[in-house]
Amino acid sequence: MNASTAAAAETATSMVVIGASWGGMEALPLLLDHLDPPFSAAVVIALHRHPRSDDRILVSMLGGSSALPVHDVGDKDPIHAGHVYVAPPDYHLLVDGDVFSLSVDEPVHFARPSVDVLFESAAAVYGSRLTAVVLTGANDDGAAGVACVRARGGRIFVQDPATAVRPEMPNAALATGPTDGVGDPSWIGSRLSRVGRSATPGAEVP
Amino acid sequence: MSGGPGAAALLSGGAAAEPDDLESVEMALLLEGIHRHYSFDFRQYAPASLRRRLWRRAHAEGLATLSGLQERVLHDPACMERLLLDLSINVTAMFRDPTFYSALREKVVPLLRTYPFLRIWAAGCSTGEEVYSLAILLREEGLYERARIYATDINETVLERAVAGVFPLASMKAYTENYMRAGGQRSFSEYYVSGYGGARFDPALAENIVFAQHNLVSDRSFNEFHLILCRNVMIYFAKPLQDQVHSLFHESLAPSGVLCLGHKEALRHTRHEADYGELDRDERIYRRRR
Repeated sequence: MNASTAAAAETATSMVVIGASWGGMEALPLLLDHLDPPFSAAVVIALHRHPRSDDRILVSMLGGSSALPVHDVGDKDPIHAGHVYVAPPDYHLLVDGDVFSLSVDEPVHFARPSVDVLFESAAAVYGSRLTAVVLTGANDDGAAGVACVRARGGRIFVQDPATAVRPEMPNAALATGPTDGVGDPSWIGSRLSRVGRSATPGAEVP
Repeated sequence: MSGGPGAAALLSGGAAAEPDDLESVEMALLLEGIHRHYSFDFRQYAPASLRRRLWRRAHAEGLATLSGLQERVLHDPACMERLLLDLSINVTAMFRDPTFYSALREKVVPLLRTYPFLRIWAAGCSTGEEVYSLAILLREEGLYERARIYATDINETVLERAVAGVFPLASMKAYTENYMRAGGQRSFSEYYVSGYGGARFDPALAENIVFAQHNLVSDRSFNEFHLILCRNVMIYFAKPLQDQVHSLFHESLAPSGVLCLGHKEALRHTRHEADYGELDRDERIYRRRR
């Protein structure tokens, strides 16, 4: 077994979590476009979606912009580095040790999947080996999650509200405290690509 | 700053990290206490979702730690009741995943028609939305008279709500849409009467439903069924417990019986995967073949 298949079979040792709502369908491809293999983190996306939206449409749309493989997530699926995982509609997605777990608990900030739920569970497992990204959106989901990521030593990037289709979500995240960078989705993607290339997960990024 | 044994475990080859050492200890002690004192075993539930629900209860009780919750739960049975309710209520909708109910009509109903008498198990029925949806579907397909539906849940309080068959009036618009997309043949409002902000479903729908307490973790198989539905219940279980419950279901299914899971659940990588064929892969409908 060569190094890359060995890595793929093991649980990712670092993670990027991304939250978005209104405008996310436009912002996400711009970000994902910058991520190339080999990418040392697992990438997990919670996008607010209509409960009856078809998982496959979003996955194939994002797959078109991503050089990394994109999957929708099933309950207890493993978490592999270099893969992009998309929260399914009408479930919360949680990081649960070395697998994903789903939940149908009540919506958080009217959202299911909720960004807070993803970020908080990811922070508990990945701590300082987590990078959180908040993109465009029309409500406060993600702000509490960002505070949690920060408390556990993770990195935070927020979309510049001036570039967002809706500024409320980035603004709410920015209001919680300092971040590691604010910019448009493309700029954030380029920063993440450096995170993903670093040999040691969590090492200082130039 | 998180680090310590958790981070080392991650770096050394992918084992799950301890999220916060002390919090994990407190959670383990709380679950152990509940098991020893009340005989409810949540120790093999999926940790992430369970942790979230425990903290929700702790905050609702005005407590700052899981140790505080442990003290109250062990000494105040009413608090345990409240926690049990938290752990039993799955926020769902009638005809949730309309495409599942369409597939049920198209692919499972023809099989069910071949039996003179139908035994159906809705496992983990919670407040009953799915059971009433199933009852309506069977009624419209002319199968209700020959069916006996066993609707079970761990929690008596939740079962009482299911028996009452009253759902929020405000939910009816969404339920109606789901029902129509699921191939509903009538006007959904024919099935309930409204009053006091609630929609009370036709008691005749519950005539062939037996609501009973049953604990998927600890109770044995109690019958043989032609159809078992357990949708979005096992997502709250860790993998070993899921395997255990799958054994219970396999044991409880008639030859060629049908098992239905939730939209993002699968038999793949479970202990009994090879014992079933896929009747509908997308909708997670499986048929026992051995």
